[in-house]
Amino acid sequence: MSSRSSGGVSRLSPYLQVAPLALIMLAMVGIPIGTVILLSFWESDGIAVFPTFTWQNYAEVLTSPLTLTLFLNTLKYALITLAATILIGFTCSYFLVFHVRNLKWQIGLFLLCTIPFWTSNVIRMVSWIPFLGREGLFNQLLIGAGVIDQPLDVLLYSDFAVVLTYIHLFTLFMIVPIFNSMSKINPSLIEAARDAGASPWQILTGVIIPLSKTGIALGAIFVVTLVMGDFFVVRVMSGGQSASVVSAMKNNIDQLFYPVASAMAVLLVVVVLMMVAAILRVVDIRSELAR
Amino acid sequence: MAQSSTRRGADFYLLAGFFALFVIFLYGPMLMIFILSFQGPTGGLTFPMRGVSTHWFQDLWSSSRYGDLGGAFRRSLGLGVLSLAVTAVVCLFAGLAFRRRFWGAGPIFYLSIISLVVPGILLGLGISQLFQLMGFRLSWWLSGLGAHLSWTLPFGLLIMFAVLNRFDGSWEEAARDAGARSWQVLRLVTVPILFPGLIAVALFGFTLSYDEMPRSLLTVGGKNTLPIEISNMTTNVTTPALYAIGTVTSLISFLVIAAAFLAIAIIQKRRARARRGAD
Repeated sequence: MSSRSSGGVSRLSPYLQVAPLALIMLAMVGIPIGTVILLSFWESDGIAVFPTFTWQNYAEVLTSPLTLTLFLNTLKYALITLAATILIGFTCSYFLVFHVRNLKWQIGLFLLCTIPFWTSNVIRMVSWIPFLGREGLFNQLLIGAGVIDQPLDVLLYSDFAVVLTYIHLFTLFMIVPIFNSMSKINPSLIEAARDAGASPWQILTGVIIPLSKTGIALGAIFVVTLVMGDFFVVRVMSGGQSASVVSAMKNNIDQLFYPVASAMAVLLVVVVLMMVAAILRVVDIRSELAR
Repeated sequence: MAQSSTRRGADFYLLAGFFALFVIFLYGPMLMIFILSFQGPTGGLTFPMRGVSTHWFQDLWSSSRYGDLGGAFRRSLGLGVLSLAVTAVVCLFAGLAFRRRFWGAGPIFYLSIISLVVPGILLGLGISQLFQLMGFRLSWWLSGLGAHLSWTLPFGLLIMFAVLNRFDGSWEEAARDAGARSWQVLRLVTVPILFPGLIAVALFGFTLSYDEMPRSLLTVGGKNTLPIEISNMTTNVTTPALYAIGTVTSLISFLVIAAAFLAIAIIQKRRARARRGAD
């Protein structure tokens, strides 16, 4: 610190600088989450909510056989999406970092992958409808090629459509962190491995994958939380045939059963946090980021 | 360059093919609805095209079937601009604060991360119920804006961390030693140097708010934003008007992205020229 700045002011300044963020986060994240937790212990008759203290909402959610089905269905979506996005994200980042040697091209192609992030998810989801529908392009192509005679109904309004949309929407959350950690790998490490006689496969599994772990873990946290928090894609793209935890929760909200919805939300967040903790246990992101 | 391209083996072309397929997967469906939004008046939701027209765009503005699209659009733009301004200013100062150790830094950071991790609809429920318990009315410009900020601020903060990582604090130190007051340091040194990064933060602030749906759903009160109107249309509207509104709103997003990229590129170019001139 320079001798000029008076000690009192400079010690206070970070608090003044961070105060707006802290206040907004407290008012719009901290206290609202507290409200949901509080609400999960209240009672509702479908018209109004009453402040009491009851475990009944949790009992209702936990004893319902539907809850387990919902959680398993949501987990299934999350794991399939996770596997596909890791595969696609890793391959694309690998291509960009190790095969595109011109820096301008590398940045340009990377931006090409990230631009959809700044556009509407709703529109990107809708854009699959003319492709997958019964009269859609994919069916027309397959019939035209003589592969099938009857249009496939399972393409749209099915689990397939839900997972495809998730992969389409969320792969860039995997590409960005994996690209980031891969581009930090020192090329001389790979050179050294090659000189020591490692095969391309050994370089991939012994050098590149371990050094991309942080990116994969960060991407996995994004993808898991995004899939587990979605209600809209599952509702529209399954045509109302499938449900996830949050879409069931949304139904409860629409019927004004706020306390039950809150109890489901709290359970879901506990499960999501356990999954995040499990990912963090495998990969120590904080120490790797500080590297 | 010529030498390195001769060394490109089969794996390069395999991976390039995979990457190209991914880009088609990413943009193809979007391109298709842009084309289909120019369907003729008798055309349907899928190919073939029955003529080419701007019928469905006109239908959006003239028909009352689609609810208050104009009002929703204005509210979404307004929210986007408010989010942009608040996100850029709040994240700039918060980023500067996080360069030093202070009491409560950990909890504030974790609260921001939690905001990204929890389902949006849960935060929407929390904010709307909090407002109702306190007897406030839900409105797009207060509870709605707050819900949007819970989404844009954490992203802006993370971008700000990345921007400040490459910022050399000795510039500020030098200005201070030369006798600049703290607001002069901020206005004449810190902000100009960080400006390209701040444009990126602002881009996140606008686009994330402009397209936000799950957090808005329960918090904007009686008057909807554009993404909510569009998501209602996905279940009610079975004409290419749905694609027409998609084309319009995507076009706006692309214009904003292009403007931000262009502004950053121009600043970088000017700096490169100034640096060459100084040598």
